[in-house]
This record gives sequence, structure tokens and C-alpha cells, in this order.
Amino acid sequence: MEKVAIIGVGFTKYAQNSPLTFAEMVFEATTKALEDAGITRDEVDNVVSVSSDFWDGRTISSMAISDASGAFGKDITTVEGDGTFGALYGMMRILSGAFGVSIVCAHHKGTESNMNGITNCAFDPLVERKLGLDAVSSAALQARRYMSKYGLLEEQFALVSVKNHGNAKRNPIALLPMDITVDDVMNSRKVADPLKVLDCSPVTDGACTLILAAERQAKKLTTNKKRVWMKGVGHCADAFRPGDRDLADTRALKAAAKRAYDMAGISDPLNEIDFAEVYDAFSYMEPLWLEGLGICDDGKGCEYLERGWFDAGGRFPVNVSGGRLSGHPVQSAGLYAMAEAVLQLRGEAGERQLDGAETALVHGVNGMCGQSHCVWVLGK
Amino acid sequence: MSDWKNDVEIMVHEGKISVPYSWTVGSTLSRFYCELRDNGKIWANRCPKCGTTFVPPKIKCINCYEEPHDWVELPGTGTVETYTVVRYEEPSMHPRKAPFVYGVIKMDGADTGMVHFIDEVAPEDVKVGMRVEAVLEDEREGNILDIKHFRPIG
Ligand SMILES: [Zn+2]
Repeated sequence: MEKVAIIGVGFTKYAQNSPLTFAEMVFEATTKALEDAGITRDEVDNVVSVSSDFWDGRTISSMAISDASGAFGKDITTVEGDGTFGALYGMMRILSGAFGVSIVCAHHKGTESNMNGITNCAFDPLVERKLGLDAVSSAALQARRYMSKYGLLEEQFALVSVKNHGNAKRNPIALLPMDITVDDVMNSRKVADPLKVLDCSPVTDGACTLILAAERQAKKLTTNKKRVWMKGVGHCADAFRPGDRDLADTRALKAAAKRAYDMAGISDPLNEIDFAEVYDAFSYMEPLWLEGLGICDDGKGCEYLERGWFDAGGRFPVNVSGGRLSGHPVQSAGLYAMAEAVLQLRGEAGERQLDGAETALVHGVNGMCGQSHCVWVLGK
Repeated sequence: MSDWKNDVEIMVHEGKISVPYSWTVGSTLSRFYCELRDNGKIWANRCPKCGTTFVPPKIKCINCYEEPHDWVELPGTGTVETYTVVRYEEPSMHPRKAPFVYGVIKMDGADTGMVHFIDEVAPEDVKVGMRVEAVLEDEREGNILDIKHFRPIG
């Protein structure tokens, strides 16, 4: 199969109440990504945009950012979900042979609306929506289930927040770089037990753009240093209704990860992959998803977290960027995670650069409580 | 260059979208809600192939993609699989004032959980594994809120 490379990345700094419109944010991210790739808009023939109409407060939201994404006179299509799924669609368009160099852009302005109200509308209006369930309260149900299934403690989840906010101090775009302790997390305002404010990611604005190209074009347009290869990808969805799942069971993520690892020829992810960006919208999610990703056994994520495995200087660094806990523009989150992996693999991650970063794992989520997962293996 | 951007007053325009919808409930959930409204009963449906019993009932088995056409009446009791105490107010979407408790209740006679309120117990006394029963509204309209909440048994 032909290989596809990420040849350029660009993004806005995470913000709250950003003075930029959606289009201005997408324009900034896309301009930066084209500059990073060293190409012009003329060399791109299609755009995959990622957005949510509900969150934007307008229908066919991709149309509103089409000029800003460079789509005028070209083909533009939309993915409603996380950016990792948009990148998958972009790659597939290239592999189909029908499209050339592709822009994948995602935008999100959480601070312009009401996150609880919008995520409540993700639930079935015939059942759970009427109860008032939303992203936070459903995540709290998942956190408690994970705790009781494996005998885990809130203090262990708090360690994720301590680690990731600490990592954010070395990321110039992070929204919440902080020196905090487990006590700070434990004493922060209760939101939905067992989740406290510091277990939750902040409502964030941000746009991110990747430029993708097939091997032949990538080699023509860019230098070796700029190219990061999409080595493996897999995705899988679980049941929609939260009550139809065991919320602490990661079967969909396990299936997605297996597909990605098989495609990338990886049999031992812990030892063959150097670092990961994992979806940590809430602190407990990082160890839970690391188990689903096969980095450790079920129920063991917190134990290895306590041993320091997932620290920036640990055996398997996770969320060195500061993670979603330090900035979470929902639809764009996965593209930011991919962009972070690209910078690390190119050796351009500044103060947070990891030594010998050659293979990266990136994970994105769509749906409540991790209903659907997209897993990427990126490499030099 | 673009120095003027540093001086401009950035404006914010307020807006609100309000669109009415009429959502069709479909034959499967309509039967569930009619039984709940008219007879005060909670019904589930079972997949003939793998035997999984779903509540609320489903149009297709998530495992086999078979139609779960065997209907079974549930006793309305179950076990708390997980819960959360919600501490924040969202008056336009929460049917009750915080703090209140959501739980996933693994229903007796079914294989799935129902998300609902747990009440008639102090939030700090709710526990995983607690046995609970459904409390129904006296005046029922044919929706999920016809179940008022679940309360501890005994
Ligand atoms: Zn079945």
C-alpha cells in the first residue's frame, strides 16, 4: 500500500474567549501549516474539515470556514467528531487515488456556548437526554465504575492531573500550565463525584491543521526532516447507550488499537512505541485508555502511573504536551495531539523534546465515555 | 502590517437558537413507554440468538444484529453498578436541583443498565452494589421520567 505522510502542521494557541472567529482561527492554523510544509494553497486539491454544527451554532459548519481553510475552488468535506477521525478520512481520500495533497483542519470554540447543554444533546432525546445527562456526569459514572471494578482511588486519578498540568509548563500553547499537588486536586471544587474541577479538562478554543500527502508527492514537496509517516490507524465504536456497556470495559479501544498496531507491524506497543498522546478529557481516562491501548494490563494503569512510567522522563511518556487536561478544544483535540507527535518526531518540541522519539501513539475519542476510538501510529 | 488589530475593539454578538422538534419514538420504545404509562410496568426485550436482554428495549441486538422480539416484564428492581452525585446546576436540562444522584442500575431480569436518578437516600449513603427499586410517578406521560427515580429496597 502507498504511504501517506504528514508534511505540515499548524495551530492556534489554546485560548478561552478567543478574539478570533472560527474562520480567523482556521485561517491562522492553515496558513501556519502551509508555511510549515513549505507549500502554497495551489498545491492542495482538497480539504477535510472537522467541526460540530451544534457547537458552532450553525449548520453545515464546514461551509463557513471553507475560504479560511483554502478550499475556494477545491473540494471540501466534513467529519463531525474528533480530529483523529478527520485525519483518517484525509488519508483514505489520498489512498483512494482520487485526491492529491490534502488539508485536514479542525476548529472548536467551546467558550462561545454551553458545554453541558451541547453534550446533553449528544444523548438520545427519547431516553437519557431527558434525565439531563451530559459529558461530565456520564464521565463521572464511568470514573466510579472504573474505581469499583479495580479498587482504584481518586488520589490515583489526581496524579494524572498533577503530571499533565506539570508537563504543560513546557508547552507554550497550553492553557493551564500548573504546579499542583494531589491535595490540590482532591480539595478542588466537587463537580460530579468522584470528579473535581481539577480532574476535568478546561473549555477551550482552538484550531489545528495538518497537511497530508502521498509518498511520491511528499518526497517531491518536502525534505526528509519534515515528513512524518502515518504508519498505522484503527478505529472502533462501542454501543451508543451508556447502560448497554460496561463503562470500565475498553473492548472498542482494544479492537481499534489492534488494527492500528497490525497495520504498523507492531506486536509489543510498550517496547516498540516511544511515547503517546492519549485522550485525557478527564484524569481517570488516561490510565483507562492506556489499558485499552495495551500499554498495560486491565486495572494496572494507575499502578504504573504511580511508578512514574508515564512521566516525561519515564519508561513510556504520556501526554508530554500537557494533554487535554491543559487545553481541550473538543473537535480539534485529536489533531493537536497528532501535531504534537509530529513535532516530537521531528525533534522540534522545544523544552519538552523527548530523546530518541521515533514512533508515536496518538489516540482520539468520539462520543460519550469513549464510545468510539481512533488510534494512530506515527513514525519517522 | 496588521498593527491595527491591536487597537480594534473586538465585538461579541449574542445569539440563541431555539428550534422545535417532534421526535418519533418508534414501535419498540413506544411499546416500552405505553406499558410504563398505562400499566406501570417496565418491559425489556431479549435477543433470540444470544439471549441478551435489553432495557430500555432495543430495535436490534447490539451483538448479533438480530431483532430482540421476545418481550419480558421486569420486576423493577436492580443493583447500583455505578453512580455520581451531581453538584452543579443546569436548570434548563436537569429535572431536579443539585445535589442529586445519577446511577446506572443493572436491572434484575435484564443484562443492561438503566441510567436514572437514585433518591430517598442521602447522596453520601449511595453505594455501588446497593439494591434499589423503581418508584413511578402517579401521573404518567409515556417517557423516561414516568420512572420518578430508584430508591433503596428495605
Ligand atoms: Zn444477540
